Amino acid sequence: MSTQIRPAPVRKRVFVNAPQARAFDVFTSGIGRWWPKSHKIGEAELDKPVIEPRAGGRWYQLGVDGSSCDVGKVLEWDPPARVLLAWQLSADWAYDPDLVTEVEVTFTPEGSGTRVDLEHRMLERIGERAETMREAIDSPNGWGLLLRLYSEASAE
Amino acid sequence: MPVGEIARGLPVTRPAVSQHLKVLKEAGLVGDRSEGTRRIYHIDPKGLGAMRAWLDQFWTGALDAFAAEVERSHKEEKQ
Repeated sequence: MSTQIRPAPVRKRVFVNAPQARAFDVFTSGIGRWWPKSHKIGEAELDKPVIEPRAGGRWYQLGVDGSSCDVGKVLEWDPPARVLLAWQLSADWAYDPDLVTEVEVTFTPEGSGTRVDLEHRMLERIGERAETMREAIDSPNGWGLLLRLYSEASAE
Repeated sequence: MPVGEIARGLPVTRPAVSQHLKVLKEAGLVGDRSEGTRRIYHIDPKGLGAMRAWLDQFWTGALDAFAAEVERSHKEEKQ
């Protein structure tokens, strides 16, 4: 018998030296200016991601050929304090309409700037639908990989 | 897998491995059970640990880039 495995949410915090509204706008409407370009969804070369600025809005990646691929959607839209996004990508970076993990981002005025807190939660739902990483991990070597990944992440 | 067996394949001491496992358990990445005096750990078979570690690194990089862009655009507007 084994205990249930449920990964803790990923939580990150940064402080930015800018007003709350600016931080909110750059995160949402300006996402194409900072989002890492290293991964692509679908076939097309990525141009930039887009978050439609409203509850129910789409979150998608535009390709250079004009095509678009969904990433998720806007669940709750409370500018300039908070946005709740659905991240609907599986472990192999493919959009899955039946998979919903939540990314909550809050923007809190603090001193001369803004504290930005991000929480990516319900990660166990990814595991419920993903089998791709099983072979790499479910082996004695998998332990070493896991420990190394973890200590690299926590050393940052 | 018992702690001793996990530690055997790693270039760190057994207490260090125990410490890591404790952290991993708190993060919800491994489970454990008692078997006599031994503690047996198991990894999530669906690879959630690696997935979470990957997302952790991804968001660190993404938020660094975000913070740099916020401050760049804020400075530009003030000028």
